[in-house]
This record gives sequence, C-alpha cells and structure tokens, in this order.
Amino acid sequence: MAEMTLIDAIRQGLDEELARDERVFITGEDVGRRGGVFRATLGLFEKYGPERIIDSPLAELSIVGVGIGAALYGLRPVCEIQFADFIHPAFNQIVNEAAKMYYRTNGDWNVPLVIRAPYGGGISGGLYHSQSIEAFFAHVPGLKVVVPSNPADAKGLLKSAVRDPNPVLFLEPKKGYRLIKGEVPDGEYTVPIGPAHISRPGRDLSVFAYGMMHYYCLQAAETLAAEGVEVEVVDLRTLCPVDKAAILASVRKTGKALVVHEDNLTLGYGAEVAAILSDEAFTSLDAPVKRLAGPDVPGVPFSHPMQDWFMPNPEKIAAAMRELASY
Amino acid sequence: MATAVAPAKARLPETPSTDLSPEALLDLYWQMLRSRRLDERAWALHRQGKITFHVSAIGQEAAQAGAAFALRRGHDYVAPFYRDLTLMLCLGLTPREFGLNLFGRQGEVTSGGRQMQAHYSLRRANVISTSAPVATQVPHAAGIALAIKLRHDDRVVLTCLGEGSTSQGEWYEAMNWAAIHQLPLICLVQNNAYAISEPVGREMAVANVADRAAAFGMPGVIVDGNDALAVYKVMQTAVERARSGHGPTLVEAKTYRLTPHSSDDDDRSYRTRDEVELWKKRDPLPRLRQYLESAGLLNRAQHDALDARALAEVNDAMTFAQAAPYPDLSIAAGPVYAPVDEEA
Repeated sequence: MAEMTLIDAIRQGLDEELARDERVFITGEDVGRRGGVFRATLGLFEKYGPERIIDSPLAELSIVGVGIGAALYGLRPVCEIQFADFIHPAFNQIVNEAAKMYYRTNGDWNVPLVIRAPYGGGISGGLYHSQSIEAFFAHVPGLKVVVPSNPADAKGLLKSAVRDPNPVLFLEPKKGYRLIKGEVPDGEYTVPIGPAHISRPGRDLSVFAYGMMHYYCLQAAETLAAEGVEVEVVDLRTLCPVDKAAILASVRKTGKALVVHEDNLTLGYGAEVAAILSDEAFTSLDAPVKRLAGPDVPGVPFSHPMQDWFMPNPEKIAAAMRELASY
Repeated sequence: MATAVAPAKARLPETPSTDLSPEALLDLYWQMLRSRRLDERAWALHRQGKITFHVSAIGQEAAQAGAAFALRRGHDYVAPFYRDLTLMLCLGLTPREFGLNLFGRQGEVTSGGRQMQAHYSLRRANVISTSAPVATQVPHAAGIALAIKLRHDDRVVLTCLGEGSTSQGEWYEAMNWAAIHQLPLICLVQNNAYAISEPVGREMAVANVADRAAAFGMPGVIVDGNDALAVYKVMQTAVERARSGHGPTLVEAKTYRLTPHSSDDDDRSYRTRDEVELWKKRDPLPRLRQYLESAGLLNRAQHDALDARALAEVNDAMTFAQAAPYPDLSIAAGPVYAPVDEEA
C-alpha cells in the first residue's frame, strides 16, 4: 500500500491501462506535452508517444464524437473534457449517440468509451469552472456515470471503466485532486462499477454522497460521533446505474436518510434517492428524507463569500445531520 | 417562388471513361434500378397507409452507387445518412431487409425494429449506425478513420450527408480532425439543392460546399452527382488517396432530390413543378442506361428483363415483410448495456 493523492491515483490507473492494452489511447485538450491542465496525463506522452496520447482541437463534441468512432472500430479511447463545464457541446454525442448505440442497434454496435471530466466547485472557478453535471447524465440509460471519492476507488473504478464495453462518464472531484490522499493497494486490482460502498458504518442515520461531498460527509460524521451520533456514510460511487439495494439496506437499518450533493437541489440526484426510499422503504423511514445541496442559482459564484454561500461544507453537513438525528 | 438551382444544361457533360468491367457496369445499373423500384414501392405503400414513413433516395442513386463501387465493400467502413438506400443496397442490405425496415417487423437488421425507417446500420458490412440529428455520424467516421490510422490498417471510411447538414458544427469539427491527422476519410456531400424546404442560398453563402475544403486544408472536388461513372471516378481517386495515407477528400456530388424530403413533406410549397420537371430530364437512371446501350452492353430486351427481375425482388420483399410478425415485446426493454464480462 502506498499513500497518494487522487490525481496521482488517476494517472497511475491510466498508465497501467495504457501499458496493459495497446487499444487504449487518450485524447483531449492539452493532454500531450502539457500532461493536461490538472496533470492527469503528466509523463504519459513521453512514455507512450503521440499515437497514444493525442492532443485534440479545442472542440468538445468531436473529442467525444471521434472517441465514439474509434470505440466502434474496437479501440478503447479515454477522452478528457478539460472541465465538466465544457462538456455541454458534447451532450448530443454522449446522450444521443454513445448512450443509445447499443440499444438502437439491437446489440450490434457497442461503444467502449471513457469520458473523464473534472467537476465541482470550491476552487474559485466561478460559473464555468465549477459545475456539477451529474444529474443531466445520470438520467440517461445506456450511459454509466461514476464519481470516485478517494484515490483507491479512483484508480480501481477508472480501470474498470476502461475495460467496460459501454460508455462511462467518469467525473473527478477536482477540488480533491491534491487534497484527498489515501492508501492505494499495490499491484493489479479493479473496483467494479455499480456497487455503492459503506465507508463508515453507523446506526443512527444514513448519509448518501459521492465525490467531494463524500469526503466532507466523512468529516462531518466524525464531528457527530463526538456528539454521540453514529452516522452511516454511504459512498454511492456509481450514480448510473444506481445501487438501489445498498441505499435501501442502509435506510432499513438506520431509518433516516440525508443526501448531500453540491449540484443544485431541484431535480438533482438526491431527488432520485428520495424517490427510491419513498417507493421502497417507506415503512422503514422514521423521518422525511432530507437533501442538502447547492442552491438553485444558475452557477457557483466566483467571489469568495458568495462561493462559500453556495458550497456545502463539513459544517453545513454536520448541521443537517444534527437536525435529522434529532427528528 | 425562387428557383434554387441553375437550369440543366442543354447538353449533358461527357461521361468519363471508366475501368469498370462490363459486368461491373451492368451491376452498377442494376443496383440503381433495383433501388429505384424499391423506393417507388415504398412511396406507394405509404400512400396506401401500409407504412408510416419513408425517406427517399430517388434522384440520388448515381451519387450513392458510384461511391459504393469505388470502395472495397465489406472491408472499408461506411457511416451513411438516412437517404442512402442505394448505397446500403450496394453494401449488401437485401430487399427483404429493407422491407422489414419499412414495416418495423421481427428480424429487422438495422435496429431490431427500434429505429425509424432509413436509420441504417449493418455490422456485417462495416456500416455503423446513424441517428436522426444530422451530421452526428461524421465525427464517428473521423474516429474510425483515426483508429484505422493508429492501427495501420488499409481501410478507408466513407461518410455521406446532405449539403444542409454541412451547416452543423459536427461536420466542421470532424473535417478538422480528418485534416489535422490526414485521416483515410472520404466525405461525400450529396448536394441535392434543398435542406427540406431551404434552398442552398439559405444554407450557405459560398457557391459550393467543396469551397469549404480549403478552410480545412484538404482537397475539395465537385462532381456531377447524376453521372454514376463520374462519381465513381472521383471517388476512386479519393479512395486511393485515403488508402495510401495521403489524407481525406471532400467530394461534393451535385444532384437533385426528385421527391419531397420525406413522406411527411409536400415540396409543392417551396419549389416549382417546372424546376422538378427540368431535373427529371437529368434523371441518373436513363443516363447510365443510355451509356450502356451506346456501349453495346444493354439492349431493350435485356433492360426489360432486368426491370422484371427488380420488380420480382420488390414483390418478394414486400410480401415477405408484410407477412412477418411484429417483434416480440420482450425485446423492447433491452439491450441497454453490453455485458461487462464480454470484455476481459
């Protein structure tokens, strides 16, 4: 086991998959000599050359669209969208093309494509370098949406994504790239796409989160533990397809549920978790399902106090946990 | 009402010489003729209320067949668009399969009855699947061409679209990729003079789609799209360029859609009957027939026999398709995801 940052684990996962399978290649803006603006591909151009690490034009829809074509031919493209905020021109290619391909050809053509995109706020990025985009895409059957919250999962899930025969949107909490550190197993391993993970067991209430908010939820749960409240933290990890069984099992144990995401509240991922619990665990609930999310404004504001107002943080999460625990 | 296209010339341009064998020339004509007869039957079936939708290739058979004959069919990749019936037949789609496609019946090969008619896919022939938002297939074609180059394979990719679709960002971005990486791609724009109701002058300020090739840094070629042999010759050069590693070509085949855009369109609202009649005189089928007759490859009796054979195939296909059951409802729920254990 070695401790490393989230970004180092992602880079190591990419490196290992490039070494393992010569069909794997990377494309995106500045992924070559620059190693990506966040350095996710640092050193890979030198190691694998310009036919495996391909700088793309500044044109997101074709980063994905060209990736789809290469995937149809049998390669394993890993496409980087520099910021999740810039993915919207590629929405048509992701939703109408990649996600629908297998169904619309009755299984004749599949799209083994990974789209990596750094997402999330709290990094002084303003409206267009802070977005959380998961709700748009988790709505889409045929697409898998994965959000790792720690280095070990990031590497293992990314390796699974590269090997998956379906399109996978891999959302990376960029605020955590160098902030989140953790032990990463030595040697070859993968983490399966699909199952959620109980990252902290507890009996008093369940908290569902992913990515950066999961990191904050663990901190808030620690605070609540000192106050005598045992919070169960569930890292959803894969948003689509959703791990219903894990969500239901946790709430059947604790009777209370809080969902936390930095994406804005209305029609966000928390709404689906709440609906699942209402449908299938109604009699297990001892309190209304609570959601803590970004406010319903068009984006994360730039100026510091306004950014802080927007972002959930460990204190806000702890307050929501307390409120729910005392219901 | 504006006339969108220049009047047909009094005399048709000289058809170029060809290296196609007599057998291949007759096959080229056969593919166009059979496509025309299938297409006409589809319109009739729609008028009879037996099918819900048809989008036609009538008038564009030469552009499509000429292109197909320049490929190594089944080896090269094709990213078609919805008007490519003739191209698909040349690539091996059978009349019965077209019938199942029209009627949405069990065994439909392009999508299992999921997609509307003409949203083609044919894996066995290396034809990738197409959707309805236009030009979305062009980035896929560039991506396949990129993969071919990365793998050092000797394939090329043909993608087709209408001139209206070249207004899409998808097209610009994909052509840019193809030029940057000198990809083995041929983009065949079938300029049929209209994007549904909009004449070319409402679609672009340049006179030719091919003029845009210079902006990408690739050759742009204009060809008479109603002359199958001229298209074949231009395509042959483009395919050779692509296969030998010299990069992409933009081919603009000037043609004309002789029918409304689709069975839901009424073209009388946006173009004159005189204009359509003018272009009927330039119909690509009689034109190739005339060439074959003057070359001594086809006489009246042989032509009638070909036509009878086409009609028999059409009858067989539509009888077969109408008798086929609808897909079992159990298949509607999937497949959504490819199984993960399929790929180790």
